[in-house]
Amino acid sequence: MAVETPAASAPTAEDRPTGLMAASLFAAGLGAFVLGLLTTLAEASTGIKDGLQFNDRVGPLSGKTIIAAAVFFGSWGVLSALLQRKNPPLKAVLVVTGALLALGFLMTFPTFFQAFA
Amino acid sequence: MSLTNRETWTLIHGMIIGSLFLLAFAGGLAGLYSLRPEYVTSAGIKERLFRLKVGTTAMAGLAWLTVITGTWIVYPWYRETAPTSAKSILLSNPDTKDWHEFGMEWKEHIAWISPMLATVAAFLVVLYGPALVRNKTLRTLVIVIFAGAFATAAIAGVFGALITKAAPVK
Repeated sequence: MAVETPAASAPTAEDRPTGLMAASLFAAGLGAFVLGLLTTLAEASTGIKDGLQFNDRVGPLSGKTIIAAAVFFGSWGVLSALLQRKNPPLKAVLVVTGALLALGFLMTFPTFFQAFA
Repeated sequence: MSLTNRETWTLIHGMIIGSLFLLAFAGGLAGLYSLRPEYVTSAGIKERLFRLKVGTTAMAGLAWLTVITGTWIVYPWYRETAPTSAKSILLSNPDTKDWHEFGMEWKEHIAWISPMLATVAAFLVVLYGPALVRNKTLRTLVIVIFAGAFATAAIAGVFGALITKAAPVK
């Protein structure tokens, strides 16, 4: 009867640099942060709110989400090119990403951004 | 018994794509959680990783589809200036205006964080593959991002359902 080898001994990609992972995490953090920032700025300034109205039917949400998605994908591409052969420390990557995401969540929370109206 | 065009799109956005997203999340979470060396054999790892890659990628795709259909198809109907629109109806009554001013305002923004996190989770699963089995830190990180994608979508989904109950898009 053949004995199956435990998966732990299977070859892994663990030696892969953390640069690509860091790029993707930073991109998500930046996307969320920009979404939150634009949400709060649109509330604080009618000029910015009007400028974000890329589509009249969707309103300012169109600009906020198009820009946030563009920042997400754009920064991911740029950071991947810059970091792909590097090994940034995971702890620092997680702290920065966590901070960006937390700020993004905060600035998309109505009680917070409506305080700037 | 029939559905209008708007009701059909609301159903597609919230119930059909949303249910598939939930299904993909449940499967993905179970797959990630059990992806441990003590649970999986070499033969099992290959099969499970393939399913995990497909599942997480599908979840990311579904998350993008949900926010795009919600923002660009259903939301314009919701926010029409006509007094019969869902937004106008909610704002016309002091007892229901918070459904828009808090619920909808939060939902329409936070929902967009979900596809970004889901895409990163799927990317990390595809990028690291077998390393997820023996690297607990990496696996935990992917689970946290994956759960974050679900949590943000859940906030949006719950408010979507409650707002639709208070003032459906017609």
